[in-house]
Amino acid sequence: MNYKSLAYDLRKDTLDIIMSGGGGHIGGDMSEMEVLVALYLAGGMNVSPQNMDDPNRDRFVLSKGHSVEAYYAVLAKAGFLDIDEVKEKFSKFGSPYIGHPNNHLPGIEMNSGSLGHGLPVSVGMALAGKMDGRGYRVYTLLGDGEFAEGSNWEALESGAMYGLDNLCAIIDRNHLQISGNTEDVMAHEKLAAKVAAFNWNVIDVKDANDLDQVMAALEEARRCKGKPSFIIANTVKGCGSPVMENKASWHHHVPTPEEYDQIVKDLESRKEALQDA
Amino acid sequence: MPNKIANRKVICDVLMEHAKTDKDVVVLCSDSRGSASLTPFFNEYPEQSVEVGIAEQDLVGIAAGLAACGKKPFAASPASFLSTRSYEQCKIDCAYSDTNVKLIGISGGISYGALGMSHHSAQDIAAMSAIPNMRVYLPSDRFQTRKLFEALLQDQKCAYIRVGRNPVEDVYTEDDCPFQMDKATLVRDGEDVLLVACGEMVRPAVDAAEILEKSGISASVLDMYCVKPLDREAIVRQASKARAVVSVEEHSPFGGLGSMVAQVVGQECPKTCVTMALPDSPVITGTSKEVFDYYGLNGEGIAKRAIEALGK
Repeated sequence: MNYKSLAYDLRKDTLDIIMSGGGGHIGGDMSEMEVLVALYLAGGMNVSPQNMDDPNRDRFVLSKGHSVEAYYAVLAKAGFLDIDEVKEKFSKFGSPYIGHPNNHLPGIEMNSGSLGHGLPVSVGMALAGKMDGRGYRVYTLLGDGEFAEGSNWEALESGAMYGLDNLCAIIDRNHLQISGNTEDVMAHEKLAAKVAAFNWNVIDVKDANDLDQVMAALEEARRCKGKPSFIIANTVKGCGSPVMENKASWHHHVPTPEEYDQIVKDLESRKEALQDA
Repeated sequence: MPNKIANRKVICDVLMEHAKTDKDVVVLCSDSRGSASLTPFFNEYPEQSVEVGIAEQDLVGIAAGLAACGKKPFAASPASFLSTRSYEQCKIDCAYSDTNVKLIGISGGISYGALGMSHHSAQDIAAMSAIPNMRVYLPSDRFQTRKLFEALLQDQKCAYIRVGRNPVEDVYTEDDCPFQMDKATLVRDGEDVLLVACGEMVRPAVDAAEILEKSGISASVLDMYCVKPLDREAIVRQASKARAVVSVEEHSPFGGLGSMVAQVVGQECPKTCVTMALPDSPVITGTSKEVFDYYGLNGEGIAKRAIEALGK
């Protein structure tokens, strides 16, 4: 399986989910795609529909819950959900596929939506693993705008205090949030140094829209003992098409039919370029 | 002799008894183990204890994560902070995500007395009850507290439990503490007026019933420790035969027990309802007893309001 090109197929699924539902956080969906593919499809995590009730499975919490459309696409590819049903029902009246993760759906561990929740919850999950002597790992994906929430910083302290080397936080560092550049809204300058100062193992991934780099970072995190890992996943918001790339206005946006056509073409070209490489 | 054992102390005893055989029982505190009387638990079961420091959001988030992985967390923190600072975690990580977290609001109501409104939780019943899937309990005395926690240890749903800081007079005895989960306890039956109370206000309501009896007024007293799910049937059963209903709570007059009781009585058996509660303002400085006496939240005060209600 070519997971790199699969990420572009899943971007197309994500796009279709958003078009069908008439809404969605498209920019962050596109930036986080390789991280989700790495975790759920390329072997980053030990979780599948076959072991979803196994207490030893790896756990994931999508703290940046608004980027749920990409999550649905990946969960469907992993066999948890039916992609056609998701596309048909997303955001429709009475639908189980709402605009944020909900653990009534298979494969989703925790509900999220309001920001700053995933990291503390993941600390608890990792702590439970340590208490019970289980070998599972816990992953959470945060937005970079989300990192202004104070609860994250509380959890940075507790995660380090309890030496949770089975915990790996990943921040989707696309540098944009709804109001503009993160550094203009609330600067995270020296993010790596700040988190490292909390005694976390910080791994800076130059291009986290490159699956190989993400996989290498996950492996590096897995090898770290005695403290939790924090992967700074530098990504491009809207990754996949110049129509939406690096544009804060695409944080939440439904493409016009013309934009849709162009994005589909761009996704196809990127995929072909990967296959040629 | 007055009771010297606070409800919070009983909670520690029950949790320690269960922690011995159930390694999933976990206690979390936010630098609050002393205030919560949980220091013995931390000393005896360090591997089942989690200190998160003064970080209530983290406290509840971690508790939810533990619960999601099969642990049975009891998170104890002052009710004032637990019900406001970590309100969103209670809502999303516990109730919405349906995790088995037991949230123990210690030093509830105006227990902290002269420390002022920052430390008072006169809004927690309203706030917590408004969260779908969150249960709210205010046990009245040490014997009921034990029975409540024995029951909570057996279920898998989240709940908020508020207890006070100080020992309170017993309502029940060790041998006579009728308890059915989510059913109000009828402490005494009467015909003229129904007194409905929760938490530390149950004992004064019983005192009021005794005072009223001397004046020839027969009062029933309903211990509504289960504020949510509210025992509507018990309210209707007792209110139907009474001429007036008086609710008593250590809480704001808005959105608490009184609001809920009035809602049920108004729908099912309309009659005069009096809500006795704390004022909609910072309370006067003093100990719990001084504050309760000042606002008439004692036997005499409740009896007086009941007589007034019957006179209408």
